[in-house]
Amino acid sequence: MELFLFGLFALGAAGGALAVVFSQNVVRMAFYLVISLGCTAGLFFMLGADFVGATQLLIYVGGTVVLLIFGVMLTATGPYLSIRTSSGDLIQAVVVGGAFLAMLILTVMQVDWSGYSAKLAAAHGASSMERAGYTDPADGNTSRSLGLALLGTRPDQDLGSERAGELSTGYLLPFEIVSVHLLVVLVGAAYLARAKRKLTRVET
Amino acid sequence: MSTVGLNGYLAVAAVLFVCGVICMATKRNGIGVLMGGELVLNGANINFVAFSKYGTLGLDGQIASLFVIVLAAAEAAVALAIALNFYNNHLTIDVDRADELKG
Repeated sequence: MELFLFGLFALGAAGGALAVVFSQNVVRMAFYLVISLGCTAGLFFMLGADFVGATQLLIYVGGTVVLLIFGVMLTATGPYLSIRTSSGDLIQAVVVGGAFLAMLILTVMQVDWSGYSAKLAAAHGASSMERAGYTDPADGNTSRSLGLALLGTRPDQDLGSERAGELSTGYLLPFEIVSVHLLVVLVGAAYLARAKRKLTRVET
Repeated sequence: MSTVGLNGYLAVAAVLFVCGVICMATKRNGIGVLMGGELVLNGANINFVAFSKYGTLGLDGQIASLFVIVLAAAEAAVALAIALNFYNNHLTIDVDRADELKG
């Protein structure tokens, strides 16, 4: 069952990404992007990251892609609906990209991940994913731990840890920085995209 | 053994990353270039979450992926505003026309 679901989501994500590359129509590209991002959210759910998967669905598929579709609607008028890539460029990019992909996948396959994981677990103790939360990790319980980590406390690492009197670091400062950053970005985007008016100097 | 393991997720992430890079390099539509950027960030996100489960990264990987999602949303907002401005000035979204800074 897990293998079937992984195959489904992986095929959706990779196939959607390939379709984004090879489609020439902007509207279709946006649709394939929705498929790819939605299947990525499915992969997140399969990895036990329920909160990240839900965030991916809400923010990416619900927010960012809708923003992109607004951009498509505002800019794709008549003759500019599909600006074609010249096929020479596309073939060149696919050859280079295929070589890059082959290098990445061969590199990934060379590494004995389970051996390293066992070594790391022996050195640092078991991963906190195994002892986090109150319910079975497969049922999904990361949102409480994630919220506490963003507030600066890490009960998922410190509870039941061997290191006495030593607390793990949380993410309060990055959280504040990213929230201010988001505010600045929204103000800046509204400023950049505002309707231009001609400056009228008031003659005195 | 019917489990997938880390390699499968890393391979999917590599495919998404490479597709995003190709998309960014070849699309002449500005919005298409943005979509390529989203694909690249998603590939990186899959890596973060996969290592958070199969490595000893724990929840830190998921937090990193949350930050990536937020920053991607911010980037899309600003880039879209720039694209709209470009469209207002040039009446097209073809990025090859943005060559005023060419020496």
